[in-house]
Amino acid sequence: MGNYKESISWVIGGPQGSGVDSAANIFIKSVAMAGLHIFGKREYYSNIKGEHSYFTVRISNEPIRSHIDEIDILVTFDAETVVRHSPYLVNNGVLIYDPEIKGKKIEDIHTLDFSSKKKIKKILEESNKNYDLDGILNDLKERNINLIELPYLDLIKDFSEKSNDHTLSKLARITNVMSLAASLAIFNFDTKKMEGGIRSIFLNKPKIADINIDAANYSYNYIQSKYPDIPKKFIKNFEYGITNNNNIILAQGSQSSPLGKIVAGCRFQTYYPITPASDDSEYLESHLIIKQTNNDSNGSIVVIQTEDEISAISMAIGASLTGVRSCTATSGPGFSLMAEALGWAGMNEVPLIISLYQRTGPSTGLPTRQEQGDLLFAINAGHGEFPRIVYSSGDIEESFYDTVKVFNYSEIFQVPVIHVLDKFIANSIMTCRIFDYKKIKIERGKFLEKYNMTNSNLNSTLNTDSNREHFKRFDLEEGAISTRVPLGTENAIFWNTGDEHDEYGHITEDPEIRKKMVEKRMSKLKMITEQIPKEDQIKIEFEDKFKTNIEHTFIILSWGSTKGAILDLLERLSTEFKNIKFMYIQIKLLHPFPSDLLENTINKTTKKEMEDSFKVNSNSKTTIISIEMNYLAQLDVLLKQNTKINTDFNILKYNGRPISFSELYKSFLNIINDNNNIGKRVILESGV
Amino acid sequence: MEYKLSDYKTEVHNDWCPGCGDFGILNSIQMSLSDLKIPPHDVALFSGIGCSGKTPHFIHTYGIHTLHGRVLPFAQGAKLSNPNLKIIAVGGDGDGLGIGSGHFVNAGRRNVNMTYIIYNNGVYGLTKGQAAPTLKLGMKTKSLPQPNMNDSINPISLAIISGFTFIARGYSYDIKHLKDIIKKGILHNGLSYIDVLQPCPTYNDINTKEWYQSYEIDKEDSSKKIPKIYKLDEENYNGFVSDENEIPHKISLAIEKSREWEKRIPIGIFYQNDKAITYEERIENRIENYLSNPPAKQIINDKEGYTIANIDNLLDKLKTV
Repeated sequence: MGNYKESISWVIGGPQGSGVDSAANIFIKSVAMAGLHIFGKREYYSNIKGEHSYFTVRISNEPIRSHIDEIDILVTFDAETVVRHSPYLVNNGVLIYDPEIKGKKIEDIHTLDFSSKKKIKKILEESNKNYDLDGILNDLKERNINLIELPYLDLIKDFSEKSNDHTLSKLARITNVMSLAASLAIFNFDTKKMEGGIRSIFLNKPKIADINIDAANYSYNYIQSKYPDIPKKFIKNFEYGITNNNNIILAQGSQSSPLGKIVAGCRFQTYYPITPASDDSEYLESHLIIKQTNNDSNGSIVVIQTEDEISAISMAIGASLTGVRSCTATSGPGFSLMAEALGWAGMNEVPLIISLYQRTGPSTGLPTRQEQGDLLFAINAGHGEFPRIVYSSGDIEESFYDTVKVFNYSEIFQVPVIHVLDKFIANSIMTCRIFDYKKIKIERGKFLEKYNMTNSNLNSTLNTDSNREHFKRFDLEEGAISTRVPLGTENAIFWNTGDEHDEYGHITEDPEIRKKMVEKRMSKLKMITEQIPKEDQIKIEFEDKFKTNIEHTFIILSWGSTKGAILDLLERLSTEFKNIKFMYIQIKLLHPFPSDLLENTINKTTKKEMEDSFKVNSNSKTTIISIEMNYLAQLDVLLKQNTKINTDFNILKYNGRPISFSELYKSFLNIINDNNNIGKRVILESGV
Repeated sequence: MEYKLSDYKTEVHNDWCPGCGDFGILNSIQMSLSDLKIPPHDVALFSGIGCSGKTPHFIHTYGIHTLHGRVLPFAQGAKLSNPNLKIIAVGGDGDGLGIGSGHFVNAGRRNVNMTYIIYNNGVYGLTKGQAAPTLKLGMKTKSLPQPNMNDSINPISLAIISGFTFIARGYSYDIKHLKDIIKKGILHNGLSYIDVLQPCPTYNDINTKEWYQSYEIDKEDSSKKIPKIYKLDEENYNGFVSDENEIPHKISLAIEKSREWEKRIPIGIFYQNDKAITYEERIENRIENYLSNPPAKQIINDKEGYTIANIDNLLDKLKTV
């Protein structure tokens, strides 16, 4: 398989706390500063120090949205990384390792998991090698993999003597920059660009930047002089500089949604620490002063760390009642605790955003790994019936714009919105188009900051013994959405209660009012699917429009962060299979479900092809495939529940590792080639 | 505009039991607001669940009847988003010290400028009299099938060690005194806790009005009656912190005093420290214009509806040029 685009797949790994992250960040920044597209993702254990963590990065001239299983260049800080990842090195790939690992026994690596041991054992048995690190290195040599020794300690010593700075030997951190410079040397990366990347990482520490640059150049030259032939094998036609413009940014998923919150006017966020959601709140807390246009004074966001997630959602609701756009960010276990208060917000028609960063469940699950297992729970969390919106984003760029949209929906419809993101998005980084935020409109629905006594909604039909006129927070004459004012507004005192309430917000058990209030609230669901723009409900992200003689149409349905791998996949399949039409529909509004819209979109596609007979082969057939990261095929459950759409295949994955381009590609080849062994459920399982 | 006491009352039918101690608390809150001349719309009264939870519906201010145990987080969220609001939180002892005890302790750590009143009657009234956190170990009210198996919480002590900066106790049938305490609590700059002894006439047949209002005959002087309930300031108790060095001593004093029960029960102010930094002041140290431009008052869009946030500097950091 190898590379799918003109790209390099680079992986760096080592024990958690050894600097894998910083090395990857410098590498990514250097490459991005050199003007290439990049996609990276971070994998780590629920552990502070010692367990294996790694960063996967792809570099290309073209935008990249996914990772692949194969590795061109593997940079290792320890023996474990070699054991775990070297099986994925492509022939002619490069392994950078510390010669210290030679002679090590695999049994002595206590953090190695069962599946990695099993895999390496099989490889070594098949190639008749010893079950140890020497055996692995011998096997790699036979596979024509370039073995590059980087004796970190010796190099540091040598470097510190040459630069006459003996304190440097203490700076073990310098190994990070040495390891990445070594890998950049392999593909003749421009050293000036490398220096720029390092300098931008240590922007406020010029002295440290200088030391790191010297160390990087030292390591770069060491590799180029010691292994002069390797770079020739890795010459890529990289167009350095193609992303060096004002329209491209290098963004992480834990930055995009909080940036969207700042733009959306969210000025209050609560959280209780939880992976992978905390980064969202920490970003906001690090940028709590907000610059404003046409305004001399600054805005600000108050971020509060609460005692638990129950408090987090309750505080966010309390804040929302005062008129601020408020939000709480959490992950599955925390969201479970929020279920009761979510219902209170639904009952009292309080706008509220929950950023739900999914991770592997149930219970604590795999706390730092990827899954899309919370879809049905997000839709059903809480007792009783109340309207809510469940909305999901497919990638980093999209999550920025969606964040603004969900704040608008929440206020327009006066409902809580669960904005579903996940660990994969949060811990990925990519070059994408700059967020074009200045044209974004804020829509607050029926929200008034001041209330005039003469407004029509004052009357006393339900309150006949009263000589005082009251504001009706839940005025039934206004329809599903009533006028909303913040606490503290003159002339508009109202009440809220978790009990069923009358138009003023007072407790009632009157059967007639109960029926009307249920209908008022629940009628919002229909209103939501009618009023949210269609392209914001479902999005045709890919469609072959100009193919003729189509023998087979594949319609792919997905939600959330599987989008990147699907798009990269279809770009390739579409050129490989001239007589197959591919169409990909991303479902963004998951509740209320856009049933009619989705059915019509699919029917239109299939029907239109029938009509354009010249385009379609007479035996043409259609296959519908859903792709998601859970066991139950939760999107398919929604399709069955809400539509007449029958999927032919469910591509699923639930081993905690995000779907790679490579495995998705293989699974599609099997489906397209009509491999008889394939059942309806196609389970993916790659990942370390 | 002048506000009368009646401006703080609603026409909502009150369905508390006849003789319920809650009425005294309700009246005291209304009278406090009226005495302090706080415009009704500037007040937001938050409550938990239970009989006490219905209080907001009887008071003509913004009234938010929240979830069981969660009244403090809801109330703090509102206050921190709009510090101009006068926030009062109310709830029962089961609500605040049982299901909500985690929030009680953590609210103390923050010291948000608001007032929390617990209607303390030792039973879960609305669910028919189960034992609540302040009921003493071994007590068997008529509603309990067996004596209480849990030891009781001392809410005054818990408030002190949690960091509340105004801690007082009132008695629901001494409205004048209770009103006075509530007014002081509202005026206190910081988180005030007011524990109100509130007999539940239906389910708690031990800590009744008669029990609270009983007295003993002085052994030395049989003409002297010693009432069970007494006022701290009448017996030379002073819980006011006038100097920061006094804090440890005043805390010990208050904890010691809060242990008095059964024979004699003190009411009044156990502890007050108005020098502790409030949460609002802590935010102000991070955000200079927090109090003049709090979250709830910030303008977020221009007349055409476009965002006024400018994130150019944040995006510049992400650029690759």
